[in-house]
Amino acid sequence: MFQFAVGPDRERLAGTLPGLLWLGFILSGLLGLGRTFVVERENDCWEGLLLAPGDKSAIYLGKLAGNVLLMLVVEVLLIVLFTIFFDIDLSPAIPALAIVVVLGTIGLASVGTLFAAMTAGVRARELLFPVLLLPVQVPVLLATVKATEAGLAGEPLAAYAHWLQLLAAADVIYLVAGVLTFEFILEP
Amino acid sequence: MTRTLGWLALAGLVAGLVMAFGIAPRELTQGNVQRIMYIHVPAVWVAYLGFLVACGASIAYLFTRRTDADQLAHAVVEVGLVFLGLNIASGSIWGKPTWGTWWTWDARITSVSIVFLIYLGYLLLRQAVDDRERAARYAAVVAIIAAPNIFLVHQSVNWWRTLHQPASLLKAGGATMPVILWVGIVVNFIGFGLLAAYFVARRAALLHREAQAAG
Amino acid sequence: MTSEPRIRVTGLRKTFGSHRVLDGLDVDVREGEAVALLGANGAGKTTLLKILATLVRPTSGTAIVAGHDCAKDAERVRHEIGLVAHASYVYEDLTALENLRFWTTLAGLRPSAAALASALGSVELDRAADERVRTFSAGMKRRLSLARFVLARPQVLLLDEPFAGLDQRAKKWLEEHLASFKARGGAILMATHSFGRELAVADRIAILAGGAIALDTPRGALSADDVQRLYDLHTEDAP
Repeated sequence: MFQFAVGPDRERLAGTLPGLLWLGFILSGLLGLGRTFVVERENDCWEGLLLAPGDKSAIYLGKLAGNVLLMLVVEVLLIVLFTIFFDIDLSPAIPALAIVVVLGTIGLASVGTLFAAMTAGVRARELLFPVLLLPVQVPVLLATVKATEAGLAGEPLAAYAHWLQLLAAADVIYLVAGVLTFEFILEP
Repeated sequence: MTRTLGWLALAGLVAGLVMAFGIAPRELTQGNVQRIMYIHVPAVWVAYLGFLVACGASIAYLFTRRTDADQLAHAVVEVGLVFLGLNIASGSIWGKPTWGTWWTWDARITSVSIVFLIYLGYLLLRQAVDDRERAARYAAVVAIIAAPNIFLVHQSVNWWRTLHQPASLLKAGGATMPVILWVGIVVNFIGFGLLAAYFVARRAALLHREAQAAG
Repeated sequence: MTSEPRIRVTGLRKTFGSHRVLDGLDVDVREGEAVALLGANGAGKTTLLKILATLVRPTSGTAIVAGHDCAKDAERVRHEIGLVAHASYVYEDLTALENLRFWTTLAGLRPSAAALASALGSVELDRAADERVRTFSAGMKRRLSLARFVLARPQVLLLDEPFAGLDQRAKKWLEEHLASFKARGGAILMATHSFGRELAVADRIAILAGGAIALDTPRGALSADDVQRLYDLHTEDAP
């Protein structure tokens, strides 16, 4: 499909690959993230979590870890599929790619988990969740696509370190905000 | 109090107009179109200042649970969006004669539009959550995340694409513009700020009455 | 501290929009005491229990559980209570054992495998321990949510129709469990519809009507028929 959309030109394909890759990550990520708290709707488990004494941020971190893990598995699968279908050798870029993917996934999942908790009980959840999440995630998306581009092109780390720094800064801000504010979401 | 603020805002706006059209000189290369800058630049400053206030008020709300803090945040975001809309519209009007197009994916325009969408999401979330108290809490969390995110959005979009003229006022190494233009923008910023504060005061009072009516 | 009731509710009001559910409700439950809360559907029994369980914020008035204010000190209250609500708070895709381990760990307990097994045994779910809850009947789910409080040992039990959906054996087990809970000094507030054997465990009967306690009386020697008559008398004129 992507092959048709982009055309047979391999040069152009190489240029759009990082964008396509992250588009795939985000779409699959949105599906998973949006469902983070769907299991809690059965038997009012949401209330059960609320009743649990102790630090609510543990629940946030647990859900986040689950989401990050799931997303990483899907992302690795997607990368493997891309290399097979487009017949490209990504092996020299693997370390760079790994750093970008992990940082980017944490950024997406940290806000995604938080927003999923807010929209879990809302009628238009499927619509509201991406509408709320995507604009906030623009810095993460730009940074991941640009860093992936540079990494795949074999540029030295110094050439895109500023993107990784931005990504890391975003991760830290989102994680701290998530840990600190989650208890206010998980309230009656 | 609010009435005084209204008169002050009016005085500020008149002063701003006098600066923009009376005192400030006609710019040589761009001509009179450049005068749009006296709306364009102060509008985004006021909006971003408002979003910072919304972040502070939201933190205050989560800790104190005072509904007036939430009403302040809500009102400031609404008014901030109006001013951000003004910035985007004036930029578009300016862009037509200057760049030959209403819209380009220029860095600053893109970032401002993304920030606009983020805060539009804030209002949508408030609408979607039925319980007032819960809506206030959720919205506060969004406002707290959104404020530092403004910086990230601008930084990333800037690196991503730069067509825009370098920020004319806040560039390292001091202002490149004549002092008179600078003064014009600051006077307009004060006028807009007062107007925004007046709108916020009126809107917050209305939200307060709505909440009381709903019990 | 010993003379302070485990549950003390004074002047409690709760409105949802323009609908006034609780309107100046007062009730106390002491150590080692069980109070049965009777009332029609929508009388506010569940709302009262949820306020006490910190799940709903009161509009005004105070609710103190184990010495802590439910609105201001919810976290402390959560340490002291066990709530059995209409919903069972169990994950359908986990097994009985996994559910019990998850919820007790979340509550800060570290039950041993033996303790988990014996808790499941006491609600007769030991043979279903490794089956997914999705396959359970409503009564089994309720028994599973009760098993939590065998391990957690809270000071105060808040029960919303705890006997609903239980078979005879499970009812008998719950009665015995509640009796020994009282004997250890626990306090019970139990909402119910039935005037029969469920009331046996109750020391007092409180009838909720018109958003307040219309009658609060020791159960003493009242028969089910007596309770029914009192109930009819106090709920008829209620809105």
